[in-house]
Amino acid sequence: MERIPILKLGSFLLVTIQVDMHDELAVRLQDDLTTKIVDSSARGVLIDISALDIVDSFIGRMLAGIASMSKILDAQTVVVGMQPAVAITLVELGLSLDGIKTALNVDRGMKLLRDSLELSEDENLAAGEANGEFESIHASDEN
Amino acid sequence: MQVTKTERFPIRVQSDVVVVRQKVRNWTIELGLSLIDQTKVITAASELARNTLEYGGGGEVELASLKNDIGKNGLRLIFEDQGPGIPDINLALTDGYTSGGGLGMGLSGSRRLMNEFNIESEVGKGTRVTVIKWK
Repeated sequence: MERIPILKLGSFLLVTIQVDMHDELAVRLQDDLTTKIVDSSARGVLIDISALDIVDSFIGRMLAGIASMSKILDAQTVVVGMQPAVAITLVELGLSLDGIKTALNVDRGMKLLRDSLELSEDENLAAGEANGEFESIHASDEN
Repeated sequence: MQVTKTERFPIRVQSDVVVVRQKVRNWTIELGLSLIDQTKVITAASELARNTLEYGGGGEVELASLKNDIGKNGLRLIFEDQGPGIPDINLALTDGYTSGGGLGMGLSGSRRLMNEFNIESEVGKGTRVTVIKWK
């Protein structure tokens, strides 16, 4: 079954969406992420959408869903890397993505998470060592 | 108005929506649209293809290259289904209105993203949405 890989990076989870997602894949990612947040006690989730050419209302809804579910599970979500054309189109489409934190790139997204969680860089990495850094739950993507 | 090329694709399963997005992308590039306009057209196509699938029970899309009377080029997309139809089109075009589980931005948002937008629907017969982007 096709899945989007979720990487564990210290106390954060990193998801890089690199495929043109059909709706079911987007829903599966939402489910996988919520499970993974609980299993790994993650404090933050970074979703890199720099490879996405479009974000339509369905993907927008999925991102908003991940943000609110993670919030309930005591983790913060930051969406990073949105392309300018995607941002313009989203606004015209009528989606404001209220409640979703965004950052220009992964670095800034990390900083935003660290600052808002008041974690230092060391603390984030220390948490990672304890849990096994860069562990991927869907490393072998079978398609 | 002159139609120079057409192609039809089925919208029967979710992966067809992805195919429609990719085909529309190729056509917008061929037409020479700017990146922003490409993104707008692909996004509108994604919304409308999903509507065809989710609310119309599946259908087809026709892509067409257009040339108007003053030589302007454009891309026309016609989404057709034989589904239940839309009883109140004005209501369906309202921001935030949804008969399903969506955000209700599909139809109204697509209208904003395109230059021309037309919707015909008959209850019990089906729905046809026609959109055009001019270069």
